[in-house]
Amino acid sequence: MDFQFWYILILLIAAYFIGTYIEKRHYKSIISRENELNTLPAVSLRKPPSGPFHQQLVLGNVTISVDYFKRFLAALHAFFGGRITSYETLLDRARREALLRLKESAREQNAALIMNVRYETASIYKGNGGNIGSVEVLAYGTALIPQRTLTQDGQLP
Amino acid sequence: MQITNLETVPGKTIHQHLGLVQGSSVRAKHVGRDIMASLKNLFGGELKGYTELLSESREEAMERMIRQAEAVGANAILNVRFSTSSVTQGAAEIYVYGTAVILE
Repeated sequence: MDFQFWYILILLIAAYFIGTYIEKRHYKSIISRENELNTLPAVSLRKPPSGPFHQQLVLGNVTISVDYFKRFLAALHAFFGGRITSYETLLDRARREALLRLKESAREQNAALIMNVRYETASIYKGNGGNIGSVEVLAYGTALIPQRTLTQDGQLP
Repeated sequence: MQITNLETVPGKTIHQHLGLVQGSSVRAKHVGRDIMASLKNLFGGELKGYTELLSESREEAMERMIRQAEAVGANAILNVRFSTSSVTQGAAEIYVYGTAVILE
């Protein structure tokens, strides 16, 4: 019993420090890449502008897991109610990362605009007691690629 | 085969609707990925194995949808949607569907 208590405590402390470090590093990378990709707009509009565009479906997905400490906090919150901040940041990170990957793959194809962006979220791993352990977010949309960039690069539309 | 999740393609008109086409793929993670995932579940972070697994099965589902569209003689699939559902613990179903049309 005593051993088990210390084991869980050490695990919680380790998960807190490593998890916080990983999250901070991830946010840093998200923010710098978001600034870089700001010039490529992704919108949720559905009517494409008229013009010689080639359309291409682009996807971006990511699976992110929440750490043990935050799951523990979330279990406490589930008992007392209130905002579960730890899951809010998990979903925020996952959505922003998925959108970034979508934009990165669109930029590789010289897209000018991404239209009708949609998100699809699924919890794919459930831990003990049915706690959500990790979520997968898929962002998808249609990249509009100007025709002239295609011919310049020698690629066929 | 043109695949888009918009409803129209500028400069082209829809000549004929051929109905819904779909593709699905159910995949389970293998043990090696699961061990890594349980470690990552402790400390958080991206589960790269799962990301790859899911994007692979999404590609497979899309391929099946495209094959179905080719079978009915379509040259484009419009308004494509994705959906994910977890069937059992450790397995996910990827479903993709859209409207097959002939564009002119």
